[in-house]
Amino acid sequence: MDVSQYLDIFIDETKEHLQSLNQQLLILETEPENSETINEIFRAAHSLKGMAGTMGFKRMQRLTHDMENVFSEIRNGKMGVTAELVDVLFKGLDALEGYLSNIQASADEGTEDYEDIIEQLNNILNIGLGKEVKKEEAKGTVQAAGGTAAADTAGAAGNKYKELPLADYERNAIVKAQKMDIHAFGVTVYIQEYCILKAARAFLVFKALESMGDVIKSKPEVQDIEDEKFDLDFSVVLLTKDDIEKVKKTILNVSEIKEVYVEEISVSADEVPEEKGEAVHTEEVELRGNIQNKAVAQSSAKQQSSKPVVNRSVRVDIEKLDVLMNLVSELIIAKNGLVSMNISEKGTKSESSFNEQIEYLERVTTNLHESVMKVRMVPIESVLNRFPRMIRDLSKSLNKKMELYMTGEETELDRTVIDEIGDPLMHLLRNAADHGLESNEERLAKGKPEMGSIFLDAYQDGNNVVIEVRDDGAGINVEKVKKKAVEKGTITLEQAEVMSDKEVIDLLFRPSFSTAEIITDVSGRGVGLDVVKTKIEALGGDIEAKTKLGAGSNFIIRLPLTLAIIQALMVELGAEKYAIPLGSIQTIEDVLASDIKYVHSKEVINLRGNVIPLLRLNRILDVPGAKEDQENLIVVIISKGDRLAGLVVDNLIGQQEIVIKSIGKFINNNKIIGGATILGDGEVALILDVNTLV
Amino acid sequence: MENAVNEGKQYIVVKIGIEQYGIDIKYIDNIVRVQNITRVPRAQHYFKGVINLRGEIIPVMSLRLKFGLEEDVISNATRIIIIKFDSQSAVGVIVDEVKEVVTLDENMIEKVTNSAVEDKNGYLSGIGKHNDSLVSLLNINGVIIEKEIV
Repeated sequence: MDVSQYLDIFIDETKEHLQSLNQQLLILETEPENSETINEIFRAAHSLKGMAGTMGFKRMQRLTHDMENVFSEIRNGKMGVTAELVDVLFKGLDALEGYLSNIQASADEGTEDYEDIIEQLNNILNIGLGKEVKKEEAKGTVQAAGGTAAADTAGAAGNKYKELPLADYERNAIVKAQKMDIHAFGVTVYIQEYCILKAARAFLVFKALESMGDVIKSKPEVQDIEDEKFDLDFSVVLLTKDDIEKVKKTILNVSEIKEVYVEEISVSADEVPEEKGEAVHTEEVELRGNIQNKAVAQSSAKQQSSKPVVNRSVRVDIEKLDVLMNLVSELIIAKNGLVSMNISEKGTKSESSFNEQIEYLERVTTNLHESVMKVRMVPIESVLNRFPRMIRDLSKSLNKKMELYMTGEETELDRTVIDEIGDPLMHLLRNAADHGLESNEERLAKGKPEMGSIFLDAYQDGNNVVIEVRDDGAGINVEKVKKKAVEKGTITLEQAEVMSDKEVIDLLFRPSFSTAEIITDVSGRGVGLDVVKTKIEALGGDIEAKTKLGAGSNFIIRLPLTLAIIQALMVELGAEKYAIPLGSIQTIEDVLASDIKYVHSKEVINLRGNVIPLLRLNRILDVPGAKEDQENLIVVIISKGDRLAGLVVDNLIGQQEIVIKSIGKFINNNKIIGGATILGDGEVALILDVNTLV
Repeated sequence: MENAVNEGKQYIVVKIGIEQYGIDIKYIDNIVRVQNITRVPRAQHYFKGVINLRGEIIPVMSLRLKFGLEEDVISNATRIIIIKFDSQSAVGVIVDEVKEVVTLDENMIEKVTNSAVEDKNGYLSGIGKHNDSLVSLLNINGVIIEKEIV
């Protein structure tokens, strides 16, 4: 019997329950009287406990059990919600998360007991209920009641093991065991009616029993039990050196066991017909024992080997799959259309119907592509929903009042991006909370509301998804950063004088800047921002910072929406072809050479009131033999956030759907080229990464 | 051809300029004729660009430029050798001519010592002797992965 097949489901559901517990607890903290929330919490905790128990994660089960006790009392109105209680409960959730990550990594919950949390929980429970020891007593009586109930039924037909027909060799084995001071127990185990995985339970019981001795007989047969071919009870004969109490206790340790009956079986020697067969038979018993041991060893080995390389999976909305299915059928229809046309072509079919079919095919493939991309998309919510909790904890530990406001949780991103974006965002939020926001007193002194605000906004912008992490704190002191940079030798004094504010802020993303002493000196930014930047760039995105001294700072992350196929504008430079992602193109303009102005000896144009820098692509890309000094320039206006730039190109080819391919890691070209694509004629065209140009 | 039993390694012998070089056959994925190479701007100077090899984009470097020789002259014999380290990363190198495949035993390979051969960059892994001629064995990792230090 192997429960590892349920592991994936267990992990998924546990995650969901923990998440909901986290969220609900946050609500509970602000609205202690919200009975709906309490019920919700109780339900989640209860299912969590049941699931952990079913999977045999005892420590996890114990912790949830104690947490559930607390929830139960709250629900019954016997105790109130205190800040202290919520803190402990959050700690408990963290501990559960710890178990979960252990399980995810090794299919084992680990050995940490979190006794302190359990103790705290029980303390709170006792204090909350206003009775120090009573709870213990209550527990005792419940158990006692259970005991008597058990005793009652025991009198009836509990001891089913008595019905076990013992074969002669088994009697022999028992007799022999008794001679060797080994007890033979008849054991009948009743499993709770509501137990879902009876076989799993039974397996755990067997495992427990076999750790104590040999099971020489069972009813139903072991195989049947594993296949769940039994009602709620099963009986075994166990040979062990341990006493009745120990056996009973061991079995009751397995959860969802309703009752256990254990009694010594005595077989007097004269009941055994032939003593001489004994040797042979005991051997057989041993053999059997061995086999069973082996089986157990095997199954546990199996558990070991099938360690959960828990699959990276995406839960797909069934509607999205339906759409895919439809598109595939349309694709087939389109193909059939082409086939039938091919047949009738010998006749008089005109070319127009051929074009019609091609158009149809094109439409279907475009939609198909879009739908497949959508399947990979996951709402960013799954990353964001752990942040409110984090901010709450930070607020406590930093002793600053703050609130997190999030918007755009429904914004969807590619699964691979979702998996990676959590840490950088967490880092930025921590930065905002720790260094961005001023202390309560400072805020009041500055005439700001005492409660600091941190904003996290996610939204789609063309082909990008933008995530902004904003705070209304002190902002970054550019002068201080400059000073620090000069002191550290990152830049020279002369450089510092000519640097724009933006360039200075960009210094914060340099690896050399992430040193501890800066945390306190400057407004605090700089710790690990280079790590954040690296991570985001690895995802194909970029990050920039904006700040206003005294009013707060804003970190803007830009991530590509889709990874594989994009719409692009093909342009010509000299004899070379380049692709510019359509998402970042604003407009295309014809500009007269005489309209070009100079600012700081850089070319700019004035486009409907906007001053836009001009970039001569053929110079930037060192295109050989490009024509200069034209009267009319074709300028592609690209945008990145609210910044614009004009790219001067020689010729426009047209819009095209392109498949992005990597140009490999060996070529190093300062990221100007984002990739390459293969054109219809087999030629390679390079894709410009406009984000690095603007 | 020597038998491969006594641990001989197979090398493809190529000509670059007047010298013969050997490339360990285990890295070689493919040998193709020179096709249209798309220039990649702002790349290291020895990267000629990228090619489309059956739908895959593969960067192509010139060993001549890397070794400080004059520019390649594409002739009928010129080939691009596609070298693969793992399933992810492939790179092509341009050679003047592909001559043959040889098997070299350990004892036919002289280790390069710094004094004997000038090899500051670690481009070579040894010198092989074959039919009275010498073959410089390329240390592929050194040649390709080495980052240009500017």
